[in-house]
This record gives sequence, structure tokens and C-alpha cells, in this order.
Amino acid sequence: MDIIIKNLTKTYGSQRAVDNLSFEVKTGEILGFLGPNGAGKTTTMKAIAGYIKLTEGEIKIGRYSVESESDKTKRLIGYLPEHNPLYNDMHVVDYLRYMAQLQRLRTDKINDRIYEMVNVCGLEGEKHKRISELSKGYRQRVGLAQALIHDPQVLILDEPTTGLDPNQIIEIRELIRKIGHEKTIILSSHILAEVEATCDRILIINKGHIVADGTADQLRKATSGCECLKVTIEDADRNQAVKILQNIDSIELVDTVKDKPNSLEIQSKVGESSRRAIFQTCVENGWALTELTPIETKLEDIFRELTK
Amino acid sequence: MKLIWTIALQELRMQFDSLMAYILLILFLGFSGIFTWLYGSDIFIYGQASLQVFFSIAYITLFLLIPALTMKSIAEEVRTGTIEMLMTKPITCWQIVTGKYLAIILLIIIALALTLPYYISVSSLGNIDHGAVICGYIGLILMSSAYVGIGLFASSLTNNQIISFLLAFLISIFFHIIFNIVGHQFGGILGQLAIGLSMDTHFESIARGVIDSKDIIYFASLTFAGIFLAEKSIESKIA
Repeated sequence: MDIIIKNLTKTYGSQRAVDNLSFEVKTGEILGFLGPNGAGKTTTMKAIAGYIKLTEGEIKIGRYSVESESDKTKRLIGYLPEHNPLYNDMHVVDYLRYMAQLQRLRTDKINDRIYEMVNVCGLEGEKHKRISELSKGYRQRVGLAQALIHDPQVLILDEPTTGLDPNQIIEIRELIRKIGHEKTIILSSHILAEVEATCDRILIINKGHIVADGTADQLRKATSGCECLKVTIEDADRNQAVKILQNIDSIELVDTVKDKPNSLEIQSKVGESSRRAIFQTCVENGWALTELTPIETKLEDIFRELTK
Repeated sequence: MKLIWTIALQELRMQFDSLMAYILLILFLGFSGIFTWLYGSDIFIYGQASLQVFFSIAYITLFLLIPALTMKSIAEEVRTGTIEMLMTKPITCWQIVTGKYLAIILLIIIALALTLPYYISVSSLGNIDHGAVICGYIGLILMSSAYVGIGLFASSLTNNQIISFLLAFLISIFFHIIFNIVGHQFGGILGQLAIGLSMDTHFESIARGVIDSKDIIYFASLTFAGIFLAEKSIESKIA
């Protein structure tokens, strides 16, 4: 089920939370939704889930409009809201049953689905506890189980891994990957490594606008543009080495590294590679080349660059 | 319809789980029991096999207790954010509010059903007017229904239970006491209007054993107004 968002605008008073946002998510795709606090991530996700009214624009789930056919789209969507609100007085199984009933699951199927969700989300030991007795990690799993209970085609997960420990994060991540094959998933997160590990595609928004859209690799290429190398040369005079390397045609800039007398950072000109040339120069001058590694731009840097 | 029932059962379960329902049942039965049988101008002073005393006590007790039953319904859902869970399910706001209304009415019917032993005892004491008793019970349910509507509306206006309680109380007190006093103080059209709006006028005529369509319309429109305004108020919060 594709998600199509066209010119989505949402204003709160005079403030534009989301401004003319358009994108599509294809079936089977996991989209990572990134942005600083207040960028409009949660607003967009709430709008897709049908919780808030749009000021302008249109959202479609498959061929159904979220506004005019909300009854249909809400049955297709599994939604985990930002702070994962739950009924603290309820027991886990009762809560899941209530959610399943609200999704109008057939009565004879409800117990099977609850059993399945308890298994999938690892709630076996906690299923008869009150929700108020659960730790944050288990609460999050209950929220996820609730979102999955009716086997939705589309999943909207607003920060699904907040408050989880590293082991749980990996478990949830694997769970999302596992179920992600046949479903369309949008998830938002503050942890960039997580988005990189889980998502097929990344969408960065800032102040209600899309500032980047693509795979992690595409984003890297788009922002860095040129090759960056970390080079360590032994048996050479540093100043002399810098001078000689600077003369290579394909090299744009040679930088020394603080505290590491033998290391240099070398940036090539756009579209060119200078790895071979560096190696040749070292051989010619009798230097020992002990390190030559490309420096990858981190997603963090891209994020900071784009959302400044 | 099934969804309304799902919401109602959930609300009822919450009322019993949080002990609220038990406390209110005990308060209602205790209060109405003491004043009907033991204290003040109780049933024995009248020397008649009639439940008039009980009905007038229940009339006040329910007025006091209903805001406590409704205060949590919507306010708590908004405060904890669970309203977002509900509203992103394939269910309308109207169904949610109606379900909650139904749950509280059911709880009140349970409370009233538990007073049936009063009826049985009194009817064994002498010749009781069965019609008046049935009308009395119907009157209590109708009047409760109006107060539950008002209570739900109050609960939808705030996410603080105490404020919700006091607000429901404030609105209810107009219908329960103030309109009546104002109506009798002032004559003219305004006075007539105030008397027409007073709960007393309509409850008394039903409790006397006359079920008039005018009274039914009065209670029904208060109920619907409450539910309708509650729905609108939730919707405006979300947008």
C-alpha cells in the first residue's frame, strides 16, 4: 500500500508546522523520518494517522484519502504515537483485546492475534501484568503490539525505540526489518545510526520542508561530493611531504592532523581520485605509506549540515 | 453499534477497576438507605406504602454523585494521551462519547436495581402504587441521563479531573436548584422559562406518575446537547 502525501500544510495559529510537504512511500519500503525537534515530523505522522485535520493538501493510503475515507485508512494503518499512551490500569492482554476490538477484528480471530503479537513482541512473561507495572521497554513493546494487532498494511511509528536499552533497540530494529518486507513503514527517530541500519530511504525535514531525500549513500554523495582520505606516512619530513603532495594535480587540499605528526588529511578535487598518485609519490620518495583510508561522511554531519 | 458497546464495556470495566464504581454504589445505597429508612422524615413517618421519600433522596444523591462518575471519562483520556489511540482507530468521536455515556447510565441503572429490595419491602407493608414506583424509577434514569450528558461535556472541556468535577457540578446546580429559585422569584416570561428549564418541574411531574412527552423531550434534549457538545469539544481539541 503506497502512501502519497501531496502539498501537506498544517498551521497552528500563525505557525506553519508543516509547509507544503510532498513525498511518496512505496510498498515494502521503510522510510526513516529525520529532523530536529519541532521540524514537523510528529505533525506529519499524526496527519497520516488521521489524528489531526490538514490545513491544506492531501494524504492517500493506496487509493483511499485519509480525510474523506478515514474509516478505511485507519483500518489499514498501525500507529504508535510519540509518547506511547497506554491505559495504565489495564492488563496487557486485556489492552490488546480492546485495541483489536476497536479495529473490528473478528471475534474468533482476536485470541490468535493476541497470542501471535505476544510472541512476536516478546511479551510472554509480562502478558498478565498490569501495564503500570511494566518497564519502559516493555511498554514500548505493548505499543508496538497494539499497532500490529490488526496486521496493518501501513505502519507509522513515531520514535519506536526511545527509552529502550541497546539490546532491545536491536531486537525492535530486527522486528521492524522482519515485518517490513510486505508492509510500508514510516518511522521517525533521533538516533541516526538506527535510521541508517533500519531504513531503505531517509527523509530529512527541517522547519516543515524536505531538505534531503534518498538512501544513506546518496545523501553522503550529495553532501560531501569529493573524496577525502586519511593518510599516514612514515620516514618523511612532514613539511616536505605536504609540499610535494600539494603539487599532485588531482589534490585540492592537504591538511595536517593535530597530535599525529605522521598523519595527513587529503581532499581530492571534485570527481577525481588521488589514491594511486599518493601511492606513487610515496614510492618515488622512499616513504613508508602505512595508512590510506577514505573518510566517510557521517550521517550526523549530513544532518547537522542540512538542518543548521 | 458494536463499537459503542466495546467502548461502554471498557469504560464500565475502568469504573470498577479503579474502585470508583464500588465507592459510588456504597455511597448511593448508604445515603439513600439511611434517609429512606432510618433518619429524618423517613418512610415510617409518612405511614404510607410509598417510595416518595426514597425518590426525593435519590434525586439529590444522584445529582451529587454523577459529576464524580463522569469527571474522569474524557478528561483522563486527554490527559494521558490515550485519546490519540482511540481517535486513530476506525471509530468516530460520536461513538466514543456515546459509549462512555452508555457505561455511566448502565452503572446508574445497576445502582437503582440494587434498591429494588426497598420496593419489595415497602410493597409488602401495604398497598403500593406500582405505576408511581415505575414512573419514579424512569424519572430518576431520565434525570441521571441529563446530568451524565452535562458531566461528559464538562469532562471534555478540561484535562483536569477536579476542574471537570466542579464544572459539571456548577452547570448541574443551575438545573437542579438555581433555575427553580429564579423562576419562583420572578414572574413573567423569564420566570416561566426558568421554571421550564428546572429539573424539578419535569422530575416531579414524572414522579407523580404522569409521563408527558414534554418532560421526555426536556431530558432527551439535555442529554443530546451534552453528548453533542462533548463531541465537538473533543474534535476542536484535535484540530
